Amino acid sequence: MATSLKIKNEKKLIVKSEWCKGCGICAAFCPKNVLSIENEIVKIVDIDACIKCGQCEMRCPDYAIYLGGKDDE
Amino acid sequence: MSSRLINEYLREDKLPHIWCPGCSHGITMRAIVKAIDNLNIEKNNICIVSGIGCSSRAPGYMDFNTLHTTHGRALAFATGIKMANPKLKVIVITGDGDCAAIGGNHLIHAARRNIDITTIVFNNNIYGMTGGQYSPTTPQGERGTTAPFGNIDKNFNLCNLVKAAGATYTGRSTAYHVNMITKLVEEGIKNKGFSFIETLSICPTYYGRKNKKGNVVDMMNYLKNNSINVKAAEKLSDEQLKDKIIVGELYKTQEPEYTEEYKKIIESFQKER
Repeated sequence: MATSLKIKNEKKLIVKSEWCKGCGICAAFCPKNVLSIENEIVKIVDIDACIKCGQCEMRCPDYAIYLGGKDDE
Repeated sequence: MSSRLINEYLREDKLPHIWCPGCSHGITMRAIVKAIDNLNIEKNNICIVSGIGCSSRAPGYMDFNTLHTTHGRALAFATGIKMANPKLKVIVITGDGDCAAIGGNHLIHAARRNIDITTIVFNNNIYGMTGGQYSPTTPQGERGTTAPFGNIDKNFNLCNLVKAAGATYTGRSTAYHVNMITKLVEEGIKNKGFSFIETLSICPTYYGRKNKKGNVVDMMNYLKNNSINVKAAEKLSDEQLKDKIIVGELYKTQEPEYTEEYKKIIESFQKER
């Protein structure tokens, strides 16, 4: 359990803005209001509030936002 | 770079996909890929077949053996693939118009034979690619470009249709219930026989606009608020279930599988020689 928690904490929210179509699903269903849509592209507005639940990654139809490791940038 | 799942199972050079902003087909495609990842099946042992339509663009983006066939005939091609190579896990991705209208006959006969194919329907209630014509699953009274004053046809309940035709596994989920899609697809692939999973999609461009369903988030919230799990639905009356979407594993049974029965016939003749 401890190791899985550690892996989760090391993950980082990454936005691939060239794939984003600005539909707004991620921002609407983010439980902590981390995201917002500005000029039809998703923006991270409050990264400190992110609990890394992965809802945005699961719900993004365009695979433009995800929790990745340090190497994924 | 993109996430591991996308990197491993999708053809990244073909992305971003052509689906409209807010179209939930991308969500469903990722959920299917996640199910395959969870089951840990070798990529070469999977064949994904599709017909024509918005949904049927999906195999173009998926990095497996894939076949993009003619309109409505995905199940016919898939039957041929499964008969020729029964070891392959054959998955059909189809739309509501593709499988219920043009390919309706293939659907009921594939279900009747109980051939080991997992069929996933991306049901967006309309023909999206050709310009918003009403489909066999457009709810009664709703509008399309070919039903500007409302559709008078009664819509199909696809899960009941294939169950009656002889399918051994049926399930329904929505684009909001993403983890449920993954779970149902996993069970569908594991089931030895014809498995049918209906996933309700949102089409903000045609269905949403024609029927004034609001924006993408409103349509997603509609799926969230109007769905009811099959176990909870059992306790409610038909009146209470009116206009509700029943989600979950709807039907599961065991019947002899088509390719195995066919193999038995071949073996019986080989013994005689």
